[in-house]
Amino acid sequence: MTGTASKNIILHYPRKLIEQPVISNLIKEYDLTVNISRARIGQDEEGTMVIEVSGAGDNLKAGLQYLKEIGVTFKPISKIIKRIEERCTHCSACTVVCPSEALVIGERSSMEVQFIEDKCTGCGLCIPACPYKAMEMHE
Amino acid sequence: MARTIEEINDRIRKKKACVLTAEEIIPLVEEKGYEKATREVDVVTTGTFSPMCSSGAFLNFGHAKPRMKIQKAWLNGVAAYGGLAACDVYIGATEIPDNDPANKIHPGRFSYGGGHVIEDLIAGRELTLRAVSYGTDCYPRKELSTKIRLKDLNQAYLANPRNAYQNYNVAVNLSNRVIYTYLGILQPKLGNANYSSAGQLSPLMNDPYLRTIGIGTRIFLGGGIGYVFWEGTQHNPTAPRSDRGVPLEGAGTLALTGDMKGMSDRYIRGVSMLGYGVSLAVGIGVPIPIIDEEMMRFVSVRDEDLYAPVVDYSKAYPEREGGTVARVSYKELKSGTVTIKGKSIVTSSLSSYPMAVEIAETLKDWIEKGSFLLTEKVASLPDADSGQTFKPMRMESDDEVRA
Repeated sequence: MTGTASKNIILHYPRKLIEQPVISNLIKEYDLTVNISRARIGQDEEGTMVIEVSGAGDNLKAGLQYLKEIGVTFKPISKIIKRIEERCTHCSACTVVCPSEALVIGERSSMEVQFIEDKCTGCGLCIPACPYKAMEMHE
Repeated sequence: MARTIEEINDRIRKKKACVLTAEEIIPLVEEKGYEKATREVDVVTTGTFSPMCSSGAFLNFGHAKPRMKIQKAWLNGVAAYGGLAACDVYIGATEIPDNDPANKIHPGRFSYGGGHVIEDLIAGRELTLRAVSYGTDCYPRKELSTKIRLKDLNQAYLANPRNAYQNYNVAVNLSNRVIYTYLGILQPKLGNANYSSAGQLSPLMNDPYLRTIGIGTRIFLGGGIGYVFWEGTQHNPTAPRSDRGVPLEGAGTLALTGDMKGMSDRYIRGVSMLGYGVSLAVGIGVPIPIIDEEMMRFVSVRDEDLYAPVVDYSKAYPEREGGTVARVSYKELKSGTVTIKGKSIVTSSLSSYPMAVEIAETLKDWIEKGSFLLTEKVASLPDADSGQTFKPMRMESDDEVRA
């Protein structure tokens, strides 16, 4: 038995899986907790879903393996929001809307805004909030 | 101990001037006291970088063939004012494209506008110029569409009627809904507080009575050289002041100009404010000559000595009711939380302190290298004794009430 583990990931559903109860299976068959922060079906009828999935380490591993086997691809959410460094002026307008403290002022002496990718849940609220268009989403 | 600007310039030419930023001067004064610091330091540099909506640029395109008296013009779809001679226009920072959805779907994105046109020009990008007119014997052309770059223009200079506000409101939201303002997104029920000043680094916080800054003062503007050409619009030197002489609310302002061909898109940037509109972020650095000990007292002001009024942007500001919720220091604002009405509230800034530091250091570097000389002001701006105030607009309905 391993300890509990948690991952913030973005799933890409191929068209054929859109009507399958994939998340339900993760919960019922693999005893995982799933927190959905965003889900949509694009114009090409491919689905994306941003989830935090957690549970016992072995269960999590098996659940992710199940996703791979049925053809759902996924990657860590921390990779989808990017900060274009040369556009960021470190004004801190984004820090007010970021719900996961991924965008915070680190040192109060320098007042620079840090982007802590591991804390990012991919909600995208920072994108329209940035006056300089420094935040971008790359799904 | 007193020194003239000419004496300071002699030392700058010999690369012997002692220059510190308005941040660096604070520990020096704490260590050595005003008198010794005054003897040692010639110049203190300030800096600020923030959206400043009252900004824009005059552009001269040269003449089309056949000639055209431009009546209406658009740069990348953004209208520029053409009511000047044939090929001069003024592009304002907050102009949005004619077909922009604005706030029809609230909050609007405002992804492009006048501020972005100015940034694109300074970045050297090619823009589409479209113009229409009615045609005359001397200017027969009625329509025009071409591509232009900054280097193709004869003159292109910023002419910003109001920049470098001496202190500014801190915006909060007392209502029950999210609001979108020129000071950013404000969460309901005092969810956050947004400010916009470089505080202890801000130019007019360091010369509160405008003793050294006036018409003709040479400055850092957008990465190039600029000048103060007039008092800024809404200049209000009679605002209430602290015992250190610094205004407790928005007060003095500067009208600034400078050649865009010497500027950099690092320090001049288009701004998109969600639900509000577009603007231009402007980087400004003003050198303060230490002409006497009194100036040293002014430039050593610290964030804890500077206070800003907290204003409700859900009602008091839009309805022009006046009144402040509280007063907070810039030290508190920069700490990340302020206490207002007994509640601890997170803060964020529209003004970039790291960019302000960078600008003050760049200007310091220019002066140390001998490439930037200080200027004596040609004329003073209206001062605290002028009686000049910032009046509200005359409303006909107010007249009816009085009558």
